[in-house]
Amino acid sequence: MISGGLDSLLAARVMLDQGIHVEGINFFTGFCVEGHTHAIRKKDQKKPKRNNALWSAEQLGIKLHIVDIIEEYKDIVFNPKYGYGANLNPCLDCKIFMVKKAREWMEAHDFDFIITGEVVGQRPKSQRKETMPVVQRDSGIDDLLLRPLCAKNLPETLPEREGWVDREKLYGFSGRSRKPQMALAKEFGFEDYAQPAGGCCFLTDESYSIKLQDLWKARGSKQYEMDDIMLLKVGRHIRPEPGYKLIISREEGEGKFLQGYKKQYSSLRTTSHPGPLALIDGDVMDDQIELAARIVARYSQGKMADEVELEFMDKDGSTRELKVTPLPPDELPKEWIV
Amino acid sequence: MSRQQLDCRRLLCPMPVIRVQDKVAELQPGDELEAIFTDPGVLQDIPAWCRINGHLVLDQQRKEDEYRVLLRVGEA
Repeated sequence: MISGGLDSLLAARVMLDQGIHVEGINFFTGFCVEGHTHAIRKKDQKKPKRNNALWSAEQLGIKLHIVDIIEEYKDIVFNPKYGYGANLNPCLDCKIFMVKKAREWMEAHDFDFIITGEVVGQRPKSQRKETMPVVQRDSGIDDLLLRPLCAKNLPETLPEREGWVDREKLYGFSGRSRKPQMALAKEFGFEDYAQPAGGCCFLTDESYSIKLQDLWKARGSKQYEMDDIMLLKVGRHIRPEPGYKLIISREEGEGKFLQGYKKQYSSLRTTSHPGPLALIDGDVMDDQIELAARIVARYSQGKMADEVELEFMDKDGSTRELKVTPLPPDELPKEWIV
Repeated sequence: MSRQQLDCRRLLCPMPVIRVQDKVAELQPGDELEAIFTDPGVLQDIPAWCRINGHLVLDQQRKEDEYRVLLRVGEA
């Protein structure tokens, strides 16, 4: 299983060095941090973009299969058997689900076992000594899951017992320190690998989780579509009333991205002054449109003007002009900001 | 040999790669696929995906905010 991070890169390389044929599998849940916001925000477009899982596979000289699990993953997000972490991250259920999907792929494509870059004690929820057997049991992979970086701290797996893999050449890493992995990366000559960060999933992010909870509350149930979870990554989200919220672009790149949603959402944009594009998620009446327009005007270059002109566009493409006074900052309650 | 078209506009990484991967799985070696994207990351990702999976990028072009990549399917 190739995440694009350092650990799975190293684990795969350790296996390749033992002459094992390895192919990578990578799962896309919709919440993966990889790429998305970099592709949206203009200021980030100067940074080199790459998919780290693809980069890892190329460094290793192996094939990579990227699997879309967006729909199936919803049940993990809605009903995690082992609960959430600090935010809406269902890390243990996620790991179990991905190993289960990898097992199904392994069986369908006639592979013998699965390797991961897991390290005992590396993560507080999904990579503890107590939870590792849970992943094996609940995913159904049992002892066909080999963790080359910490195998010496764990019971022998079938590939080791059968002699497919030399246990003596595996590692006994444990704990949160990254130094052993960095030293091994240096030994293998890996440079420019993805830096260890706080997480590779938006569900570990507090601000993102708050927006997702707000979405569920507004809709009266836990549900989302791909567009919803994409839009939670973009813009300012302001909910003046339970029935609707505004998604206001913060810069040109976000504005362009939101343009693509104008047939699905009604929208507001300033016409008398440079300013943002805002989508309206929910149904709005005339008086609500005026308040929404005042909020959007407050984020335009006309925020100090007596009057700002805007265009309201409905989902059917019909438009009308509005003239409003920008909402003063002290009249925008903090609790509206999601 | 056939040439197929694929519209991946508005999709962000890694969905364009997944769509190309799934489409290529339906094609035969020697077939060509012309895909159109809006995520600039594809200019790195699609060639990388082709290199590791044995396919060949024949051409890539940018026209305003859209990117076109033409590839030839390699042997499985």
